[in-house]
Amino acid sequence: MAIISRGFSGRRTAGDQKLPPGQYLTPDFPVLSAGPTPHVPLDQWEFTIDDGDKVLQRWDWKSFRDLPTETLTVDIHCVTRWSKFGTTWEGVSLDTLLAEVKTDASYALVHSYGGYTTNLPLADLLNKQAWIAFRYEHEDLAPEHGGPARLLVPHLYLWKSAKWVQGITLMDQDKSGFWERLGYHNYGDPWREQRNWGD
Amino acid sequence: MWHVGKVIALGDETATARTITLEVADWPGQVAGQHVDVRLTAPDGYSAVRSYSIASGPNSEGRMELTVERLANGEVSPYLTQELAVDDQLELRGPIGGWFVWRTQQTEPIQLIAGGSGIVPLMAMIRSRASAGSAAPFRLLYSVREPAAVFYRDELRALLGHDQAVNLTYAYTRAAPKNWPRPPGRIDAALIANATWPSNIGATCYVCGPTSFVETAAAFLIASGHSPDKIRTERFGATGDRK
Repeated sequence: MAIISRGFSGRRTAGDQKLPPGQYLTPDFPVLSAGPTPHVPLDQWEFTIDDGDKVLQRWDWKSFRDLPTETLTVDIHCVTRWSKFGTTWEGVSLDTLLAEVKTDASYALVHSYGGYTTNLPLADLLNKQAWIAFRYEHEDLAPEHGGPARLLVPHLYLWKSAKWVQGITLMDQDKSGFWERLGYHNYGDPWREQRNWGD
Repeated sequence: MWHVGKVIALGDETATARTITLEVADWPGQVAGQHVDVRLTAPDGYSAVRSYSIASGPNSEGRMELTVERLANGEVSPYLTQELAVDDQLELRGPIGGWFVWRTQQTEPIQLIAGGSGIVPLMAMIRSRASAGSAAPFRLLYSVREPAAVFYRDELRALLGHDQAVNLTYAYTRAAPKNWPRPPGRIDAALIANATWPSNIGATCYVCGPTSFVETAAAFLIASGHSPDKIRTERFGATGDRK
């Protein structure tokens, strides 16, 4: 039973029914990053998919941008408790990027320029659930929000949507990423409020 | 699990920021730099949770201090800074965060850079250093709007007076004290070069403040030769775009 906070009434928002538990709605787009923002020139950018031993697919910026793109509008949820509704992104679906990849892997470790990593089941990257996004609200994605390109997996807390994405390693066994080693939940479902170890 | 903290003291740091001292009987302790979730619950069951940096260092009395800056449009911070009274109870969860932390085993030079209320987790590091008797050399660059916006002023002054291994530089953005050597203004490359450790010393840097401040300070550190992997950041607030 929660303790009632004397004199607190709070501020409900119209979208409360769309809010996962313990979240609040913000019109802003806060920035949470563990270190400095890397600046990756497009002529040096590449994105790879590997199996831990060898590179299976590789794109430079031009070949990446030649791929078919999708525009999507989604709600996003940060583990630091803010949610933002109706954000519009343009990106390449992971279904497209993984179409030619034959693998028996069950897990993925996403890695970024600057050294960030995050892990998730490969199944969560497939079936219209994940994109490599390069536009936000019809403009090039700003560096502090992950530009030139970031992973977008809106059904999980936003730390899974790695900024400055550089590649994905497919794995038979799960391997914890940066925050997952430092106390964040391994899976991170906002609707089950999987914020920290043990949630 | 949620812990119950009882408010045992309240003190204003500035016109908009208040330090809340809580007694939490079963608190597991924390590392300097970690934060805590605070939950408020209305009589009808509606609740709101926000995360706040812990300001206090480790101690044995089950006490914790939070310093909360009131946000003009905030839902929780106005309550915590204006409504909350001594003997009230707050629900707390944590400690949270395993990256933006300073551990007492660290012996390397430390560069702290605070923008506004970003001083709070850095103050926990300074307090943790003092209570552990650590000899790690610390430098703090503290950027604030004006002298009246400084948190922990007397404690910082006292600390500096008796410990030569902690060095503090204030940088004022809007109004500086009379005869202050640097005119008011945002941090710049010259300030970072003059007031922080030389990059070849291998300092670990902790930068905390509003997003634009952290972006700027971290970029200046890198430009002056600091390795990006030695720079830890904690940002708060929005980027300014309200799209």
